[in-house]
Amino acid sequence: MAYVAVKGGERAIDAAHDWLARARRGDRSLPEIGTAQIASQLGRAVDRVMAEGSCYDPDLAALAIKQAQGDLIEAAFLLRAYRTTLPRFAHSEPVETDAMLLRRRISAIYKDLPGGQVLGPTYDYTHRLLDFALAAESLEVTPLPLAAASSEDTPRVTALLDQEGLIEPSGVSTEAEPGDLTRDALAFPAERDVRLQSLARGDEGFLLALGYSTQRGYGNNHPFVGEIRVGEVAVELVPPELGFPITIGTITLTECEMVNQFSGSKTEPPQFTRGYGLCFGHSERRAMGMALVDRAMRAEELGENATAPAQDIEFVLSHCDNIEATGFVEHLKLPHYVDFQSELETIRRMRATATAATVATETEA
Amino acid sequence: MSGYNFAYLDEQTKRMIRRAILKAVAIPGHQVPFGGREMPLPYGWGTGGIQVTAAILGPSDVLKVIDQGADDTTNAVSIRRFFARTAGIETTTHTADASVIQTRHRIPETPLRADQIIVYQVPLPEPLAKLEQSRAETRQMHALAEYGLMHVKLYEDIARYGHISISYDYPVMVNGRYLMSPSPIPAFDTPKMHRMAALQLFGAGREKRIYAIPPHTDVKPLDFDDHPFRLTRAPQACGLCGARDSYLDEVVMDDRGGRLFVCSDTDYCAGRQSMRQDEDAAA
Amino acid sequence: MSEHLLSATGLHLSFGAIWALDGVDATLWPGEVLAVVGESGSGKTTLLHVLSGRSAPDAGLVAYRDTEGVAHNVHAMPAPQLRALHRSDWGFVHQNPRDALRMEVSAGGNVGERLMAQGARHYGVIRESAIDWLRQVEISPSRIDDMPHTFSGGMLQRLQIARTLATHPRLVFMDEPTGGLDVSVQARLLDLIRTLVARLGIAVVLVTHDIAVARLLADRILVMRHGRVVEGGLTDQVLDDPQHPYTQLLVSSVLQA
Repeated sequence: MAYVAVKGGERAIDAAHDWLARARRGDRSLPEIGTAQIASQLGRAVDRVMAEGSCYDPDLAALAIKQAQGDLIEAAFLLRAYRTTLPRFAHSEPVETDAMLLRRRISAIYKDLPGGQVLGPTYDYTHRLLDFALAAESLEVTPLPLAAASSEDTPRVTALLDQEGLIEPSGVSTEAEPGDLTRDALAFPAERDVRLQSLARGDEGFLLALGYSTQRGYGNNHPFVGEIRVGEVAVELVPPELGFPITIGTITLTECEMVNQFSGSKTEPPQFTRGYGLCFGHSERRAMGMALVDRAMRAEELGENATAPAQDIEFVLSHCDNIEATGFVEHLKLPHYVDFQSELETIRRMRATATAATVATETEA
Repeated sequence: MSGYNFAYLDEQTKRMIRRAILKAVAIPGHQVPFGGREMPLPYGWGTGGIQVTAAILGPSDVLKVIDQGADDTTNAVSIRRFFARTAGIETTTHTADASVIQTRHRIPETPLRADQIIVYQVPLPEPLAKLEQSRAETRQMHALAEYGLMHVKLYEDIARYGHISISYDYPVMVNGRYLMSPSPIPAFDTPKMHRMAALQLFGAGREKRIYAIPPHTDVKPLDFDDHPFRLTRAPQACGLCGARDSYLDEVVMDDRGGRLFVCSDTDYCAGRQSMRQDEDAAA
Repeated sequence: MSEHLLSATGLHLSFGAIWALDGVDATLWPGEVLAVVGESGSGKTTLLHVLSGRSAPDAGLVAYRDTEGVAHNVHAMPAPQLRALHRSDWGFVHQNPRDALRMEVSAGGNVGERLMAQGARHYGVIRESAIDWLRQVEISPSRIDDMPHTFSGGMLQRLQIARTLATHPRLVFMDEPTGGLDVSVQARLLDLIRTLVARLGIAVVLVTHDIAVARLLADRILVMRHGRVVEGGLTDQVLDDPQHPYTQLLVSSVLQA
């Protein structure tokens, strides 16, 4: 059989894309999923894609999820790649989570506090029993009557601790420009601003696992949930022509402030330390994981012995971006036969040498 | 592809990349960080090479894209299509006709000219990464030219195997100053880099580093005086064109050990084959 | 009188309210062994780190005279120069050899690394040099390709010494080199250090809590307590006829063999 060099890569790719489109559409006797349905009814997936895609646009995130057949990392990649094409024409003002329109607000460190414990739409106390009634799509839900919006003051819990001087300052620096992870390559040592940016878009599973590891003893920092807030904040920017801030929209954010192991000594009055998490949409798992890992990465700064994986800044930040990770892991599928050929030649040569040496010693014996 | 700038990237981003390229050319072999962006192809699939190519392409350029030396491997096809769509430039499979060649893991067999640029796709730009995981530490080592650790690795190879066992991505010393990873090209290709007439650019998208070798620069593979770098290749000739001087791929013909060796550089092989046919026809 | 190799004047270093070094002077001549003894917390290890440039003092000067006779302020030296010094003319022997050795590199690779870092490029010559050094520290040359984790504690320490001496340093800092080893192993190691140092004419600053080690190895001794040098002089003089009450206490508390 004469060997014919493999060709037809282009045709193969086209055919693969066609098959993919069919698989994505699925059974044509079923109605096509609408992006509005995804945005409205799969909100947590949309929130994850916005966070990891680093772009707040629920409709685009829903489209990405539809295009990616529900693969959320693939969807986040689509959104990130789209983000690259967007021009940047302004910076917003820092968002005021103090002024958040709260849907949910809890604190684990006080039984009751100004503003109260507002459960909001949470899965926390559901019983994880599959609800087969949901499989039939015509379920009518009779909602409970809505309460009037509360006008009660809801001060930040860490501010309450701060009044007694019990917690370290929040570390807000007003002079230096924060680093910009979206513009400049990450360099080590990495300061807290860039570390938080990196975590905010980091893989939720990675943050979760590392946060979990700290709780189990790999760099434990005795965390308490000081406060979790979920709700809407206004996004403001100052157009140069106007010189004053205008609101351009509102976004949903989840914020978590952890209260951690106190530092200090017999001579320095001890204070609680902080861990901070903030992300797009409603994702407490992400915000809490982020806060745990944020605090862990401050170990060296706080004079602690940094030996656990979550405390190794270079390790955490180099591996938390799942779009980088999936790209590199999956690139192993690309042809590597040229390098493998070199390895084959090397190993064959070494085996030949080793065999010849064995034969030589045997003939001597 | 409407709505996108020429070659996909906006002009600001291209300018940022070109500044990094200029810096890289001025310091041969030194890794320059750049604000790499997410591209429509995944990290690890050539985003660094694509960003470098996008930054230097002009409308009159002719682009060749190869992967494993072949124009027709799926990722080479995918990247070539990307540029055909976003830049509308002419593409080619002939090395001699290209002004820009983007490559993954091989250098073409045909020697390159001064009017050509070769862009390498780089997965791991840090040559010391496997010996020292901390990039903060490797940065110090490069700054102070502390490369003893790399020689220790070579020493260990010789002590264990009798010779240096690195078969691809062979570490090289550029312009007598910087230790550099040439990207995972086979050791066979490494000598082609020395004093190459063309400009060599290297893009690592995921790690966000660009580096470069200006034309006619010294590129020396690391070795010992009594264990010099040795070119090794398969003893066979190409089963299609008869070449004895090119890098060969091993093709599995059957499950009884049947093997055929063919040139990895498909353009080189095709050129030799058509020359042979012409000779046969003339005879 | 030859000039000092290393001299320190007025060293002060505090950690919070504690003075680890409270006005310390020290001098070292070429080829001499200086022992710094004291209990833990005396400041002796801090002194070693300040003398070797690893920690900066709050006040005071450390001066090193190089092979050309030029004096350098150790703490004003640019980092690359200090790093280069540590890889060539200076050496540092750690209490725990695992802190200095590369555990994933063979014995030969460990010994040869400083040579390669200095530009040695002939494999055969590097290997011969490694074999020679292994012999000098009484490790069988047949172990040259073995991994450090196959070595005993005493052997690891001797390997660290070989690695440190491979570039013929003029000055070696030693931090409790026999700490953590059992008594018979200690004795053999001390004997080896004494022989090598004498044969190679190396100057040594040696930190130890063990008076017997100081007596065996050192030409001169400094006794430290609470960050200060309470007594100093020729080893035999200080140990046979201690003047300061603390030195007397230290000497008398050594069990008579």
